[in-house]
Amino acid sequence: MIDSFYIAWKYLVFNKARSATLVACITLIAVLPLALEIILDESEHQLVERAAKTPLVIGARGSALDLVMNSLYFTNEVPELIAMAAADEILATELAAAVPLYVRFHARGFPIVGTTLDYFDFRRLQLSAGHLFASLGDCVIGASVAEQLGLKPGDSLVSSPETVFDLAGVYPLKMKITGVLAPAHSADDRAVLVDIKTAWVIEGLVHGHEDVTRTTDSSVIMERNESNVTANAKLMQYREITEASIDSFHFHGNMAAYPLTAVIALPVDNKSGALLRGRYLGENTAYQIVPPAAVIDSLMTNIFRIRNVLDAVILVVGLATVLALVLVFALSLRLRQREIDTISRIGCSRSTIVRLLAAELMLIVWMSAVVCTVLLWLVQVNSGSLVRTLILNH
Amino acid sequence: MISIESLHFAYPQDGFNLQIPVFSVPAGQKLAVIGPSGSGKTTLLNLIAGIYTPDSGAIQVADKAVHELDDAGRRDFRITRIGFVFQDFELLDYLTVLDNILHPYRITRALQLTPEVRRRARELAQQMGIGDKLQRHAGDLSQGEKQRAAICRALLPQPALILADEATGNLDPENKAHILDLLFEAVDRHHATLLAVTHDHELLPRFDRVVDFRAFRAAGSA
Repeated sequence: MIDSFYIAWKYLVFNKARSATLVACITLIAVLPLALEIILDESEHQLVERAAKTPLVIGARGSALDLVMNSLYFTNEVPELIAMAAADEILATELAAAVPLYVRFHARGFPIVGTTLDYFDFRRLQLSAGHLFASLGDCVIGASVAEQLGLKPGDSLVSSPETVFDLAGVYPLKMKITGVLAPAHSADDRAVLVDIKTAWVIEGLVHGHEDVTRTTDSSVIMERNESNVTANAKLMQYREITEASIDSFHFHGNMAAYPLTAVIALPVDNKSGALLRGRYLGENTAYQIVPPAAVIDSLMTNIFRIRNVLDAVILVVGLATVLALVLVFALSLRLRQREIDTISRIGCSRSTIVRLLAAELMLIVWMSAVVCTVLLWLVQVNSGSLVRTLILNH
Repeated sequence: MISIESLHFAYPQDGFNLQIPVFSVPAGQKLAVIGPSGSGKTTLLNLIAGIYTPDSGAIQVADKAVHELDDAGRRDFRITRIGFVFQDFELLDYLTVLDNILHPYRITRALQLTPEVRRRARELAQQMGIGDKLQRHAGDLSQGEKQRAAICRALLPQPALILADEATGNLDPENKAHILDLLFEAVDRHHATLLAVTHDHELLPRFDRVVDFRAFRAAGSA
């Protein structure tokens, strides 16, 4: 009986570092293109699926890709802002329903999506616990947010300040979690959904503060006359909307001018959609209207071009690695010449020596295949979240 | 046991030329071969073992005409009938002592690795004084222990002929004598024949017969 694999295994175990290096090299060169394939397929699936389900997005003129990525996948690149009036204009046409979006702020790393309750119907989002937001300061969190932060209805979540050094900037708002979404396997899993007005509260456009007419602290008052009271910056601003403070929250200025990042238009039918697009095609409009599917299709075309280049790079690197492995193996044969001579002198045939070496190679390849399979399985299982984290950047 | 007639073997590249008209070793004899380096002692062992093939002449070992065997036949003959003890032990560092002793059984179909063989390997190691080192890697052994393991490997297939190529060359004087004792004991126990190449003249009186290769070549027979 020839125990080629036994002897080969003993050799590989004895030379652990060399074996591990060889396994790592082969695994890497096999896993990289395959993992890339899985991630690109998944990203294509996620991007295309969500884009196909979103008829039209209206936003400021500029990068259509930034607009779509921010509106559909809540990426960090915030497009030029438009006014709430844009949503009202769409509604006024009666050609489509309008779902306003304000995706600019974050809470503990997750995007805050200011919208209306129509968004939940449009995306067919289901709650796994609690209820939808009902008043200012309420929020509904995605399944991944709840899981990663360990939050549930009744807990609170504080929005992140936009910049630490901007004293006049966005201050944190303590939001009350009213509901948790069931997993949707989309960008919504990692979103903190709030009413559009709550998003404006975070921005500071809607705010609440102590009643200047009733304050007992005279140092807060700058000027008081019969018709007006002017307070200074010492006036206490509320950063949490409670039953006691909600009445003090109020809007300044014209709400139609309040900012949005985009409006999702849901045309009544295809014809309405075509008519709506026609209205925004002219150069004199400040908005652009884009069908996300077309934008994503164009993005995918570019990704596939890059993918081809990447495949070629991986092929060249793989070839170089294989050549290096062949060199390592050839050098190790020279180093082991004495051992080969010995077993040959004992009575081992040339074919058995070849079999011993082949067994070593097969074991290395087998171990690489096992590691490769495990890694690819992990990539496959986590491809959804990997794509959302690495590619969609949220 | 060994009978050589009209043997001729040459290395054309360096002018080495070995001619042995007649040479014989009776079964059970412990024969020492001495001579200066390059005189052909190791070549003789390799020819007897079938590692080299003679240019002409006949080599008979017991009932086998070694010079008539093909490659596979010579390998089978070597691994089953001859125990080769090398000067530098030639153990494989990545194998344990037990795996080294059993190694010939794992590289050929001519030997069957049975539980009985494993039992004999342990017994042999016990007799050689390395019974407690069987699970250690060969590289972790002392020189004396390595040579004992190498002798165990050579003896395990119970060969009729043991060829030892300067088997004590790398050992200190105390170990040399001890290893030779063990080798002789094993040879007697297995009723084998021993042909040992050595440079240690102080060990020669212990052999049944000593052949000086210079005289042998000058005389043309031994």
